[in-house]
Amino acid sequence: MAESRVAAPADSGRRRGLTAYVLMAPAVIVLGLFFVIPFYSLVAASLYDPGGSDKAGWDVTYHFANYWEAIKLYKGQLLRSLLYGGAATLICLVLGYVLAYAIAFKSGRWKSLLLVLVIVPFFTSFLVRTLSWQLILADDGWVVDALQFVHILGQDDKLLATDFAVIMGLAYNFLPFMVLPLFASIDKIDPRLIEASSDLYSNPITGFFKVTWPLSLPGVVSGTLLTFIPATGDYINAELLGNTETTVIGKVIQLQATNANHPHIAAALSMILMFLIVAMVLVYVRRVGTEELL
Amino acid sequence: MTLPDQPARRSTLSRRGVLKGGGAVAFGGLSLAALKLPMFGIDPVQACSDGGTAKDLSASDRKLIISNWTGYIDPRKNPNSTFAKFQDETGIEVTYNVDVNDNAEFYAKIRDQARACEPIDRDMIVLTDWMAAKMIGLGWIQPLDPKKIKNVRKNLIPSLQDRPWDPDLTYHAPWQSGLTGIAYNADLVDEVGSFEDLITRDDLKGKITLLSEMNDTMGFFLKVVGADPADFTDSEWEDALDRLKQVKSDGHLRQFSGNNYLQQLSQGVLVACEAWSGDVIQAQYDNPNLKFIAPEEGLALWSDNMMVPNYATHQGNAEAWMDYYYRPEVAAKLAAWVNYICPVQGAQEAMTKIDPSLAENPLIFPDAEMLANTWAFMSLTDEQQQKYEGEWADVIAS
Repeated sequence: MAESRVAAPADSGRRRGLTAYVLMAPAVIVLGLFFVIPFYSLVAASLYDPGGSDKAGWDVTYHFANYWEAIKLYKGQLLRSLLYGGAATLICLVLGYVLAYAIAFKSGRWKSLLLVLVIVPFFTSFLVRTLSWQLILADDGWVVDALQFVHILGQDDKLLATDFAVIMGLAYNFLPFMVLPLFASIDKIDPRLIEASSDLYSNPITGFFKVTWPLSLPGVVSGTLLTFIPATGDYINAELLGNTETTVIGKVIQLQATNANHPHIAAALSMILMFLIVAMVLVYVRRVGTEELL
Repeated sequence: MTLPDQPARRSTLSRRGVLKGGGAVAFGGLSLAALKLPMFGIDPVQACSDGGTAKDLSASDRKLIISNWTGYIDPRKNPNSTFAKFQDETGIEVTYNVDVNDNAEFYAKIRDQARACEPIDRDMIVLTDWMAAKMIGLGWIQPLDPKKIKNVRKNLIPSLQDRPWDPDLTYHAPWQSGLTGIAYNADLVDEVGSFEDLITRDDLKGKITLLSEMNDTMGFFLKVVGADPADFTDSEWEDALDRLKQVKSDGHLRQFSGNNYLQQLSQGVLVACEAWSGDVIQAQYDNPNLKFIAPEEGLALWSDNMMVPNYATHQGNAEAWMDYYYRPEVAAKLAAWVNYICPVQGAQEAMTKIDPSLAENPLIFPDAEMLANTWAFMSLTDEQQQKYEGEWADVIAS
């Protein structure tokens, strides 16, 4: 696109610029209404007077200590959510890369079918799929029985209601978000470049790290972001597959907003989570160096 | 290779620069506007100028919109059900929504409209005691016309009368009542005789759940530390909460559960749990090994209550519904299906004609001895509610 712009005459470029702003207007208006205003409402709520109640209402008293209070109470859950999200993203990256590579380069005429199969789980509800993992991992289910039989698990060990089940559930649920961008990147790689690398006496492993991996980086970055961000905020998996000690930040926010009736803590936690994620994403994207994506 | 790349790169950068600049200006401008952040505050609750009363269209518009909990009515499609009979008899078309899963969640859904003195588009809602008390206290519930609910006044069982938050039945009529106790799977473990056992016995470790409703679970913990759930002090509350924290950090609990413990208990994922009476009786039809028992500490007695919210437009129809369900034979028919405590006097006699075994069941028609062993959770002020619910949520979220 950039090349064609350079080639085009100057005046038509300017008109196109104007058109671009007109075309942007709907998105800007929608974002203004549905992101900026709610965002300020969230900022305001995070600065409420902590002494508020349903009867007395809540005043914006710029009580910045809410943030400190929220961190003090729930740093453990924040950290846990980031760890769960990170672990799930890592698992998805390994599984997803292999899968996307195979679909792009090795599947031949099955390519479209395999791609459809990646998306097929979305045809049923997220909740139903997670609930069915409860059955698969159940204490007396065949998975646990088999693992106990070969002594990988002890007689009293279990899979359901553990950290393992939560991370696995997250990885399972967000895998397609990793596979699709990875596929899009890998599929675009010209196989002749890989052939060229072996012509130049690189072994397949060096060839992979010198050619395939760098060219697939845009897919890696968008895939990891699309997985990590929702996986960190997700609390359905922790709720259905975890126990009382696997509470994640999403659940805390929900409880604070409804049962505990502490809108200030809920809002402060949401802001903290948002800033943490934005900061981590910026550092990540800078380091990987694929700024084109943002 | 690098040369043709450069102009392209510069141009994308400059466009991005423009966007970034624009974004920053917009953000800055809005931030200035944000000095008005206080307009995002939440005002204290004020009485609605018109008392929250809407014009009652009941006579001309034969409709009724109800929000209730799941598993709380007989099959609506069956022409012989109490539900179908009500529609036939009165000509009122009932929209029955099963959209109450959790008191706090439902409250969060309607509070903004209620606070703004706007209708919540429902004519009747069914909420548990503490939430009913809270909504009445906030002025979001309409008083009922005593002349139109004569059956309620005449037939309500004594154990649900004179409750501190609405002693004169001005605002509510219990829909069903129930007990909180212990359920266990007799196939897998020996009888769990007390709540103390439930939270300490080694063979139950990691295989039990407690209910996520504060009043239910904390009532038992208060009992365990020797306090009275109907009248406790802050320091007793702290003791009970400490006990819960200890049980939880020992890994004794599998989860805090809402409505979803029965399936797991039946499958054997759980061996015992804190449970609601009617749920267990319903599940016993499929799995007779499930038992519900009254723990040594006693049982929590509660009810879910029908109320008419502000700006409901079919109050008359809602009152007709209440009055209909307080006829003993209708109540008995419903109780035979939902298996919770029937709040209607005379229904026990009517039940003997439907199913004598249910009429004898103390969990549906509790006798005096059973009732002597129950408590109702202390009625809390707005501040207490805020404090206790907050501390409770901090523990289950930690």
